[in-house]
Amino acid sequence: MQVEVTVNGQPRTDEVEPRLLLVHYLREVCGLRAANVGCDTTSCGACTVLMKRADEGGTGRGVGGGGASVKSCTVLAVQANGQEVTTAEGLASNGDLHPVQAAFRQEHGLQCGFCTPGMVMATVGLLSENPNPTEDEVREGLEGNFCRCTGYHNIVRAVLAAAEAGAGREVDA
Amino acid sequence: MSILGTRVLRTEDPRFLTSGGVYTEDVVDERLDGACHVFFVRSPVAHAKILSVDVSAALEAPGVIAAFTGADLADLPPVKPAPMFNRAMIRAILPADKVRYVGEPVAIVVTEQAYQGEDAVELVDVDYDVLPAVVDFGSAADNDVLLYEEAGTNVAATFGDPDALDEHLFDDCEVVTTRTILNQRVAPAPMETRAGAAAWGEDGRVTAWIPNQGAQGTQGGLARLLGLKPDQVHIITPDVGGAFGAKFGADPEHAMIAWVARQLGRPARWTETRYENLVAMTQGRAQQQTITIGGQRDGTVLAYRLEIVQDSGAHLRIGAMLPSLTILMTPGPYDIPRAESVAISVVTNTTPIGAYRGAGRPEASAALERAMDLFAAEIGMDPAEVRRRNLLPKFTEPHRTKFGALYDTGDYAAALDKVLLAAGYDELRKEQAERRARGDTVAMGIGLASYVEITGMGDGEEQPPQENATVEVHPDGTATILTGTSPHGQGHATAWAMLASEQLGIPVDKITLKWGDTDLIPEGGGTGGSRSLQHGGSAVRQAAKELIEVARERAADELEANPADLRFDVERSTFEVAGDPDASVPLASLAEEERLFVRTIFTAPGATFPFGSHVAVVDVDTETGKVVLRRIITVDDAGFVLNPLLAEGQRHGGIAQGAAQAFVEEVVYDADGNPLTASFADYPFLSATEVPSFELAEMQTLTTYNPLGVKGIGEAGSIGATPAVQNAVIDALSHLGVRHIDMPASPQRVWQALNAAKENS
Repeated sequence: MQVEVTVNGQPRTDEVEPRLLLVHYLREVCGLRAANVGCDTTSCGACTVLMKRADEGGTGRGVGGGGASVKSCTVLAVQANGQEVTTAEGLASNGDLHPVQAAFRQEHGLQCGFCTPGMVMATVGLLSENPNPTEDEVREGLEGNFCRCTGYHNIVRAVLAAAEAGAGREVDA
Repeated sequence: MSILGTRVLRTEDPRFLTSGGVYTEDVVDERLDGACHVFFVRSPVAHAKILSVDVSAALEAPGVIAAFTGADLADLPPVKPAPMFNRAMIRAILPADKVRYVGEPVAIVVTEQAYQGEDAVELVDVDYDVLPAVVDFGSAADNDVLLYEEAGTNVAATFGDPDALDEHLFDDCEVVTTRTILNQRVAPAPMETRAGAAAWGEDGRVTAWIPNQGAQGTQGGLARLLGLKPDQVHIITPDVGGAFGAKFGADPEHAMIAWVARQLGRPARWTETRYENLVAMTQGRAQQQTITIGGQRDGTVLAYRLEIVQDSGAHLRIGAMLPSLTILMTPGPYDIPRAESVAISVVTNTTPIGAYRGAGRPEASAALERAMDLFAAEIGMDPAEVRRRNLLPKFTEPHRTKFGALYDTGDYAAALDKVLLAAGYDELRKEQAERRARGDTVAMGIGLASYVEITGMGDGEEQPPQENATVEVHPDGTATILTGTSPHGQGHATAWAMLASEQLGIPVDKITLKWGDTDLIPEGGGTGGSRSLQHGGSAVRQAAKELIEVARERAADELEANPADLRFDVERSTFEVAGDPDASVPLASLAEEERLFVRTIFTAPGATFPFGSHVAVVDVDTETGKVVLRRIITVDDAGFVLNPLLAEGQRHGGIAQGAAQAFVEEVVYDADGNPLTASFADYPFLSATEVPSFELAEMQTLTTYNPLGVKGIGEAGSIGATPAVQNAVIDALSHLGVRHIDMPASPQRVWQALNAAKENS
């Protein structure tokens, strides 16, 4: 089947098998390997990306506002037809880290890095829905993203720091 | 001001945050062009004879290139146990006759595309003659069913003589209490599962990309499995997405990928699914412990005994020798006049046990700290007071225990006092008393653990711990470090650069760290047992210092001065002649005509012994059994802290994994050996909602074993947190008559313990 997907701002048209998952489309067809596969039950969130309908216009909430976070292992590539997808590769602009990425570095919110792209995208999605979350809301919001290294402590601090820095505020594209 | 001891942000991070790490599955390399994909058919039964394996239907499936069975791989040498184990427990890399656990590979399918293999493995038809399974490791030594008939027993190893226990050990004790407890099996579950890729060169060498904790050990391991010499194996270590002890060496799957690549004359790749990871990656802990503690009503502990049954799983991996480390740490931080410890390791029809964060030491700590609390409850004394009365006094000269461990430096009581103060212990006890008095159905518990652990071990006393490093300064003012350690999240690239920067005056972001390539770095001990900074970091520092001396000679030639008259200005990374500021030469320029590098080996006098104390505060709902971890406060003293950011990160991760074992995580099998926790939907992997933010108190007692004064910090959190949280849950219910709950303290176990206590009262 043919799909038209805008990936990190670049429109593409690809021929895909109907059963191809979005995460495999991103990794193998688009060559974007930041999103990882960490499980086979939609539990871990290492594959989290942002997705929104292209006709929603350019005013996604939050800096780099790219829609809602989805686990790309649980979306078929064909379901992304006509959508805009943003991955961790598409978040930084002009070489500057996105405020969420910068906060993860500042607060040491990553160690081995495997969960990180998904965790960052989940955070961007979370802050776009709730720009000023409490610690409990951050923990609830990231319950579907597993990390084995950090004990979540510095991830939570990073999300709160990113919120403080205004990463979730409304922006106009 | 020295950069050492400061919070330097990680140089690794921008790459991880933007393009993502390059893990084994992500590796693009021309040697892997056209690689086929390897899939394993895994046994669905725990114990069976293999009657037949029919791959014919799979060979007809789309994209299938080849399929292999155990008979095809008969040219690979059998896997023989290490000398300390029962030598008859020999197995094949791909068994042809018998399977011994659910998840053991029985056939290989090779396909053009990865997804084709997922379908094709379903088409392999294996006929099993199912045998009774040994699942309960506490009774495995009864030998009713044998995993290895040739061995005549399920006992793989014995530590100490279980028949020579001192029957008078507790004779003079006013109080003796004993209990058999479970240190349950847990899954390391790094976020990156296992993976591998292999390609053979025309020179007959295999290059293998494997996520690992030490390329040089992996090289030796893979060579052994393939029947090759180590120099015929070239290991490359891509980014590693977490390991926690479970990615040491090479696994049978890695040997099979290499075998397939050789057989087909084509590179081969493999990435396991999470299901495979949860049934076939080695798992951790899995000890049954019988603890007996005795002493006086004044709180003095006189005697302690620890008897261990270690579940090794179906194959003899590192797990089978874990009791040796547990036994070594039997008395922990306490001055116990008489202590003894014995163990057996047994094989069972379950996933093999290996190392998991702490590897044998958390088990020692969990047993001892439970024993301390049982003793405290028996004599009706506050657990903090019992600990204080029995801790070894502060020492600055090494202390030799009866179990052979040589503790380097320690001040255990200070760590306890510090954590009690940070926790507000007296206030917590007051709050607990108030809530009990008003009959709160949510019971509050306060748990303690004091520990000492061993890090950076060498290979016995004859082989002191060592690590090598190479530091090279380049003409453009950058530097490269080669290390025999192997980071997988710890931040070595930043930390090792800090150490070199401090000596060379080259900024951290101009220093590149390389590791994990055996052609580039033929020797190294890797990263595990919390060894890296104390040995690998010390080697980097030593190499950089030696490099300055090599450079000094060159600078002296260049400046026509006496080397002794030269001063190295670290701030400017420049040599200058004393008293003549105009006569100077930058360090980097001394690398212009001839490479400027030093390789050195750091040797430590021995292992170091970090220590600490943890306090956990929990709420336990006595109606539902649900445990909420409210606070965890820790003192983890690992000597000098090079980079607080990184050290805290190590503590956080360890605390979370330790707490997870206490009340969340467990690998479960049914009576037939079927794993019931073989996906992340079933294995209760700790999530962000189950832990609070952690409260860390600082304490630094330097070691004299290395010039930095550092000990290991990687495993401390998991060693202290598990017993602290477990003790807190039991403490919450102590007024209701509960004395023990096995881990994890799940709602069901808590509820059962409460009901049992009610029936007994």
